[in-house]
Amino acid sequence: MSVDIYKINPEFRDIMPKDILDLEDNATWGAEKRGISDLTDKKELLEEHSLCAGCPEAAALRYILTAIPKPEDTIIVNSTGCTSLMFPHIALHTVHSLFGNQNAVASGIKRALTWRFPDKDKDVVVLAGDGATVDIGLDYTLQSFFRQEKITTICFDNEVYANTGGQESGSTPKGQVFKMAPKGKVFDKVPMWELAVTSGCQYSVKLTASAPKAVARVVREAIFIARELGPTYIHLYTPCILEIGLSASEGLWEMKEQDKDRFVSFKYVSPEAEEFLKQCKKEGRL
Amino acid sequence: MANLGPAYYAPYPVATYDGLLTPPEGKAMLLTDIVDEEVAMREVARVMLTSDNATIFPGPQVLYAWSEEAKKKATLIKEMSEVLNAKMIPMYDYRPKYPKIDPEVEINPNHPNLTIWHNNIKAAIFIGVHCHYANVALKIVRSETDCYTIGMCALSGHEDAMATIRDQHAEDLARFIEIAKEVKQELGK
Ligand SMILES: Cc1ncc(C[n+]2csc(CCOP(=O)(O)OP(=O)(O)O)c2C)c(N)n1
Ligand code: SF4
Ligand SMILES: [Mg+2]
Repeated sequence: MSVDIYKINPEFRDIMPKDILDLEDNATWGAEKRGISDLTDKKELLEEHSLCAGCPEAAALRYILTAIPKPEDTIIVNSTGCTSLMFPHIALHTVHSLFGNQNAVASGIKRALTWRFPDKDKDVVVLAGDGATVDIGLDYTLQSFFRQEKITTICFDNEVYANTGGQESGSTPKGQVFKMAPKGKVFDKVPMWELAVTSGCQYSVKLTASAPKAVARVVREAIFIARELGPTYIHLYTPCILEIGLSASEGLWEMKEQDKDRFVSFKYVSPEAEEFLKQCKKEGRL
Repeated sequence: MANLGPAYYAPYPVATYDGLLTPPEGKAMLLTDIVDEEVAMREVARVMLTSDNATIFPGPQVLYAWSEEAKKKATLIKEMSEVLNAKMIPMYDYRPKYPKIDPEVEINPNHPNLTIWHNNIKAAIFIGVHCHYANVALKIVRSETDCYTIGMCALSGHEDAMATIRDQHAEDLARFIEIAKEVKQELGK
C-alpha cells in the first residue's frame, strides 16, 4: 500500500487541484534520499500554517518534514500547543493526542504498527512543545524511554507555554519573566536532554533550529536509531518570538545567540547506536 | 439557520433527533422511509437527473488508487457522472483550508456548505468519504442548505443524508449505473 495511498486514480486527475497533483508529481514520497535541498524545488508537505509570521517552530517543522526518511510510512503524534496548529495542514498522517499524552499514544501506535506490519518500517515521531514534553506529559515522556519504545521524540522548546499566552514551563530559564509569570521563574531550566540519557534513550541531542542541515541530519539519525534500537530524543530550541518580544525577522538571530549559550550543542549517542550509525553511513543512508 | 434545511420539519441538523437510524442490511433510506435498495437507486437517479447542478463529491477512499476496489470504483464513478450529467468536485483530504477554500474546485468537510452555496448545488452524492467526516459534512449541509444529499456508503450508511444506500461496492455501483441509465431514458434526459 504505502505510496499508493497518494496516487490519484487517473479518472480523477482532471478534477484535482494543481496543489494535490503536485503532491503526487513533485513531492518526495518514496524517494530514497530526501533532505533539506528538496525545500527549494520539491512540493512541500507543509505549505500553509497559522502560526505567527516568522515563528521558528514553523521553519523547524519544515526542516523536520524534509528529513523524515519515509513520509508515507510515518505517523506524527502531536500535542496541544502552538505546534499543533500546523499539524492539520501537513500532508501526512498525524494524530493529535490529549495534551501531555503524546508519548503514551505514540508508544501504543508503534506497538500496534509493529504487530500489524512486521515486515515494514513504520516510523512514529512525537512532536510536542516543552509544556507537553517536560511538564504535563513528563511521566509519559520518561515512561516511553524507560520502556525502550522505538519512537523518536522531538521537543519544540520555546521555553514557555506559548499557546495559552505565556506561562512559565519547566523548560523556562531561571529568572525569566512572562506576561503570566510576573515574578520570574524561581528554579532552573529542566535539563530534559540529560534526563533522556539517564532514562534510557539511545540518542539525545540538544540544538537550535538555526542550521537547517544540522536539524535534518539529527532527525534522520534519530529516526533510523529508533527503528532499530530504541527511544531517541531531540531537544530543539524554537523561540517564541511573540513572548520574548522579537519581530518576525529576529527568530534566527535569537537561535544563533543561543547556539552559544543555553543551547550550546549536546549530543549523546549510545555505543550500539554509534556502531549502527557507522553502518548507516557505509550503506549511504545518512 | 437550522430551519433552512431541506427537512424543513426538522429544526436540528442531526437526523437521530427525529428518530432516524441507518437502514438495516439490504435496505436503503429515503428521507424517513426504509425502502428496498432498488427503489432508492431509482429515486436517487431521478433526483440527480432532475435537480439543478447535480454534483458528485468523491472522497479520498475513491480518489486515490490505494486498493483494487478503489481503482474499480474510480472508473465506475466517472461513468456514473456521465450517466447522471453530474459535475464532480473532489473532497481530496480533510485538512482545514485557511484562509479560504476555492468552492469551485473543492469541497471540504469543515465547511461543505460553502461549496454547495457557491455552485447552487441542489443534489449531491457523497461517495468515498470516511465515515466520521461524512457525518460532519452531511450534518452541516443538512442544516445550512437545501441540497438533497445522497450517501453512497461502503459501510452502514448515513442517517444525516436525505437518501442513503449502504454496502455499496463496485458491483453495486455498476448496478446503480444500469438503473440510472433506465431512469434517464424514462425521463428523456
Ligand atoms: C489536557 C489539557 N490541559 C491543558 C490544556 C491547555 N493548553 C493548551 S496549549 C497549552 C500549552 C502548550 O505549551 P507547549 O507544550 O510548551 O507548546 P507551545 O504552545 O509553547 O508550542 C496548554 C497548557 C489542554 N489543551 N489540554
Ligand atoms: S505564540 Fe510564539 S510559539 Fe506560538 S506561533 Fe506565535 S511565535 Fe510561535
Ligand atoms: Mg512551549
